[in-house]
Amino acid sequence: MSAVIKVQNIWKQYRLGQVGTGTIADDITRWLANVRGKEDPFINLGDTNEQNKTGNSRYVWALNNINFEVKQGEIIGIIGKNGAGKSTLLKLLSKITSPTKGEITITGRLASLLEVGTGFHPDLTGRENTFLNGAILGMTKKEVKTKFDEIVAFSGIERYIDSPVKRYSSGMYVRLAFAVAAHLEPEILIIDEVLAVGDAEFQKKCLGKLQDVANEGRTVIFVSHNLAAIKTLCSRCIVLTNGHISYEGDVDISVVNYLKADGFGGLKEYKVFDGQSSISIPECDLLSVGVKAKEKHFGDPIRMDEEVELVIKYKKKIRNCTLDVTIQVKDSSGNYLFVCSSARSTIESNMGRIGVYEYTLEIDSNFFNPDTFYINLLVVKDKKTTCLRQEDVIFFHILDKERVLGEWMGKSAAPLFLNFPWRADSKN
Amino acid sequence: MNSIPESKTLPTTEVISSKSHWWDLRLNEIWQYRDLLFLFVRRDFVSVYKQTLLGPLWFLIQPVMATLVFSIIFGKVAALPTDGRPMVVFYLVGITAWTYFADCLNKTSKTFTENAHIFGKVYFPRLIMPLSIVISCLIKFAIQFILMLAVLVFYVYREANIDLNAMILLTPLLIIIMAGLGLGFGILISSLTTRYRDLQFLIQFGVQMLMYAAPVVYPLSMVPEKYRWAILANPMTSVIETFKIGYLGVGTMEFSHLAYSFVFMLVILLVGIIVFHKVERNFVDTI
Ligand SMILES: Nc1ncnc2c1ncn2[C@@H]1O[C@H](COP(=O)(O)OP(=O)(O)OP(=O)(O)O)[C@@H](O)[C@H]1O
Ligand SMILES: [Mg+2]
Repeated sequence: MSAVIKVQNIWKQYRLGQVGTGTIADDITRWLANVRGKEDPFINLGDTNEQNKTGNSRYVWALNNINFEVKQGEIIGIIGKNGAGKSTLLKLLSKITSPTKGEITITGRLASLLEVGTGFHPDLTGRENTFLNGAILGMTKKEVKTKFDEIVAFSGIERYIDSPVKRYSSGMYVRLAFAVAAHLEPEILIIDEVLAVGDAEFQKKCLGKLQDVANEGRTVIFVSHNLAAIKTLCSRCIVLTNGHISYEGDVDISVVNYLKADGFGGLKEYKVFDGQSSISIPECDLLSVGVKAKEKHFGDPIRMDEEVELVIKYKKKIRNCTLDVTIQVKDSSGNYLFVCSSARSTIESNMGRIGVYEYTLEIDSNFFNPDTFYINLLVVKDKKTTCLRQEDVIFFHILDKERVLGEWMGKSAAPLFLNFPWRADSKN
Repeated sequence: MNSIPESKTLPTTEVISSKSHWWDLRLNEIWQYRDLLFLFVRRDFVSVYKQTLLGPLWFLIQPVMATLVFSIIFGKVAALPTDGRPMVVFYLVGITAWTYFADCLNKTSKTFTENAHIFGKVYFPRLIMPLSIVISCLIKFAIQFILMLAVLVFYVYREANIDLNAMILLTPLLIIIMAGLGLGFGILISSLTTRYRDLQFLIQFGVQMLMYAAPVVYPLSMVPEKYRWAILANPMTSVIETFKIGYLGVGTMEFSHLAYSFVFMLVILLVGIIVFHKVERNFVDTI
């Protein structure tokens, strides 16, 4: 299948600070360079876009050298932290602003939805705004007319359709606005974060509609911070980090990359301790600690519906004592969730002998809800003295599984789910 | 892939790039978005009559008040001549015509600043916005024009010294010139204000000055031959004079002057559209 969107070497530069001061000077410099046939003198200025660092240029590259293709019928998710350049990319695709360098080729009718209800006028009625908004999004009057009843039904606000929208509750406003957008029939649909608004029921409706759109063979590019929605809908993902594509491809791996890009300074899912980083106490040398999904490799994404294995390896250096490992598991806010120790289990194999031991803890699938977890590691001698305590030795992400469409997409209130047995007895 | 969305034409391929050619004005797109153009006109009109108690009646108050003020200040106090026509009709005709041009210019000159939000969220040919303003202003002009005709009829009935004549057939042409001039200047200024904000404060003042450089409150015949070229350089001069000839039967008008205004209009419109297109590509970045 052919590519309907081709993005080639796209760069986008923004100017920081208050515009209006110094622009005349810049304009003259630029114009002089232009007259003498030179390149724009400001084009090579500018830092990559890292908000937390103070660059010394007034220009910043919001996108650097973006290249990708989208084939017909694909649903592409774009993820990245705040300020990564997602909206900027969508603005370029929808012709709202143009690239500083590079070229985008689009085949087919494209509609973009960067906001719901753009152009709604508070004094006009729902009906009037439906036509206006439809036309703004690129529909003809005739198209809106034929779909009007459907739009009103989808929005569920029949009673208010002839009242001015300033009398609407904010929820009703969003419903009507999305209903109009949902009935667009472009070949390519571009959506930015609009699912963040509205209640759970509304979000469900929107996602359902998106799936329908995709099933009809349309192409969708979709930005969201709702990773559950991304995982459910998208066939492929692009991860943006500071204006460049840091990963493109598989959705699970993308999500992990995105979460990692969120800055977990130096922490890893798997650590080998040797050379400089070696952790050595008189009793033992810690060799490695890691978390992975069962039957997968270290570093692969871990989904909530996979069994999780925690593997600890050490070299015991003294005889005639026992060494047990204990882990403390914390959630992303640092709250302790549980403790688990090998001392309570029945392993007796290392009684007395020296050598290399590997401990594996098996954790049921669906025990962790999607979140980030941190692990403290303790080594306990003879079940009473802690001889090693290592804080935040590793961390890992648990990813969402794909959900059935229409299922709840929100984030779970608690980080863990315990599958204790229930019993139901009939008592009459 | 059961139903690829119906498209009336073959899939169109569009290239978005960093460069654009100044001659690539994409005027055909405006035709595709004509429904939007008229919905904007409707929105402007409907929102005015929904917001105010008197609705479009307000459109009449403005020329009436201006005529009264001009009659007192320029007619009575300054005692400027009105070519022998009753003061009220003399000023009303000038004001009605001038207001259309000034409205077009003032309102279109805010295209970018006032629509920054909507332009930042969705693409449609940006020119649709100022075009819709010119058409909205035309509705207002029509209402004021009817008032003007009514007043004229009243004076003719009173057998005042008024001489409607065949020159009124030029009215459509005059409207086109006024709309074109207002739009051309407006979008040019709008484009420049995105970079140089201070310009915005000059517009109101500039339009006012331009009015005094056109025969609105005085007849062209009053201007000494020696300086007349300066007033005639104002492209609105011949338009106002032609109006006065048609509806009052007085004035100094030559077709060459009208031709000058027409060519001026075409040039300013073309320059305006070219600059507007250049600015629209990136203006949302800096607003
Ligand atoms: N008009 C502008 N002028 C200057 N800088 C801008 C402008 N628009 C965006 N930027 C910068 O470009 C970067 C990318 O912004 P963008 O809106 O694309 O981020 P995003 O990925 O959509 O973030 P979010 O998740 O918060 O929506 C940001 O650092 C932002 O400050
Ligand atoms: Mg954004």
